[in-house]
Amino acid sequence: MTSARRLPGFVLPAATIALLAVATVGSLFLGRVNLSPADVLAGLAAPQASLAGLVVTELRIPRAALAILVGASLGLSGAVLQGLLRNPLAEPGLLGVSNGAALGAVVSIYFGIEHVFPLATPLLGLAGALGAGALTFAFGRGSTLSLILAGAAVCSLMSAFLALALNFAPSPYAAYEMSVWMLGSLAERSWDHIFLAAPFILAGMAILATMGRAVDALALGELQARSLGVHLDRTRVLALLGVGLAVGAATSVTGAVGFIGLVAPHLVRPFVGHQPSRTLLPSALLGAVLLLLADIGTRVIHTNTELRLGAITSLVGAPFFFWLVLRLRKLAP
Amino acid sequence: MSRISASNLTVRRGGRAILDEVSLDLEDGAFVAVIGANGAGKSTLLSVLAGLLKPEAGEVMVEGARLAGLDRRDLARRRAYLPQNPRAEWPIAVERLVALGLIPHLPAFGPLEGGWEPRLTEALAACDLIAQRFQPATTLSGGELARAMLARAMIGDPQILIADEPVSGLDPRHALDTVGRLQGLAGQGKLVVAALHDLTLAARFCSHILALRDGRLAAFGPTADTLTPELIRAVFDVDARIGGQGRSTYVDFLGVTPAGG
Repeated sequence: MTSARRLPGFVLPAATIALLAVATVGSLFLGRVNLSPADVLAGLAAPQASLAGLVVTELRIPRAALAILVGASLGLSGAVLQGLLRNPLAEPGLLGVSNGAALGAVVSIYFGIEHVFPLATPLLGLAGALGAGALTFAFGRGSTLSLILAGAAVCSLMSAFLALALNFAPSPYAAYEMSVWMLGSLAERSWDHIFLAAPFILAGMAILATMGRAVDALALGELQARSLGVHLDRTRVLALLGVGLAVGAATSVTGAVGFIGLVAPHLVRPFVGHQPSRTLLPSALLGAVLLLLADIGTRVIHTNTELRLGAITSLVGAPFFFWLVLRLRKLAP
Repeated sequence: MSRISASNLTVRRGGRAILDEVSLDLEDGAFVAVIGANGAGKSTLLSVLAGLLKPEAGEVMVEGARLAGLDRRDLARRRAYLPQNPRAEWPIAVERLVALGLIPHLPAFGPLEGGWEPRLTEALAACDLIAQRFQPATTLSGGELARAMLARAMIGDPQILIADEPVSGLDPRHALDTVGRLQGLAGQGKLVVAALHDLTLAARFCSHILALRDGRLAAFGPTADTLTPELIRAVFDVDARIGGQGRSTYVDFLGVTPAGG
């Protein structure tokens, strides 16, 4: 009787996992270097022996792995934040974390630290993300509205510093490098980047994955959630920490990638009866699928200058935003 | 031992005492109407009794244990709280909404012991929600939503129910229905405390009246002895006539008491 009007619980995760598998395979077989499927398979079988093997193991597999990690962290963060703030427009960038990561990375490029120590950019990006998250919480604790407002304030502060860095860039080349970095990309990321970011991303996602019951209780509003035993302040700290770690580490390696955290939860919500806790895992999986697809897009759409990931996700995401606005307008009385 | 015992509760905000030295003992089986003018401290008192607001002074004891020392989940299993005009933030199905009331009963990992299906069906049936079971909660009418929230509050079988103006915004039929359900819960031996503005409903259904004026306890006692024209004048500055008896009692407001009168 209960399941009469719903899909069985396993269908959506199974479907998103299948999609993820297809997208991952697509990511391995499609790319700038034209390899036949036979070459890719041969490369996978004998990794170091051939050019194809190098392309697959040193370029395509890390790229796909990074896309999955980053996409999943964006999707999960978006789902948790939309549940926590009960705001359909919430996304990981809202709390200033993404801009903080961007600022950290830009500082590294600005001062040329990255040429001395290659992993300085992601490390400083991570530090920037966590710093921005801490700042947001310091000012925004106490209520949902103040958290959103503090996030907006931290966002604009970070943007101001970013503008300043671009303004006073030491050379046109540095300015170019910064603006390109901010567009986001998965290209030329090595296993080192993944090993650096993965522990933080996984730790952040582990924290976020525990928040299902809290976001469920919040579907009844803050007072009822508290009366059900939810510790709101602790929930907010954990969410901010989880998003800071996961999205901060992700952004510090790939640059800013918008809209995936916003879109993924909306796409899965109707399939899980809108219950916040049930959007978490499918949103993470779908986020990974979306980022893999966007990254494949950057590689198969041929342009003179590389089409950047952030540009693609924004191009596809912005119309979605319009659709969301229209839908919300229709739902509102 | 009283179910809830409060002593000298005081809450200040902006230099003003919202609650001023309120002490009371509440027993099982009582349906207590908290009455008072706007701003008299009704919501604040209910929040303090529910453990959602810490008083600046005074203490609440629940079954002889300090409320402030109780574990959140333990407290959540023993008392339910309904804020004024509760609403659903997402269009989740009514059965999911009601099942959220079982959150404090869930083990740290894994599903509820014994499953939630029997309890859910019982709670839905008790509040006449079987027909709305799969309907999105955001599409319910005001009366249906009030029933769904009551089912949400009672599904975990708490001993105490605290409700802040449970009938505000409801038409007469649904207001009578809701108050009747609350009285039924008290009849089962639970302690029900609700802020009410409709004094006729309070007179007919509530076993006790707790009146607040400017944060102070103006009166507390069995309805028949406590709810008098004199009390209404003292608490609301309104002249009133009380007629009828038992289920046909009515409170009629005659006019604002002249100043100094």
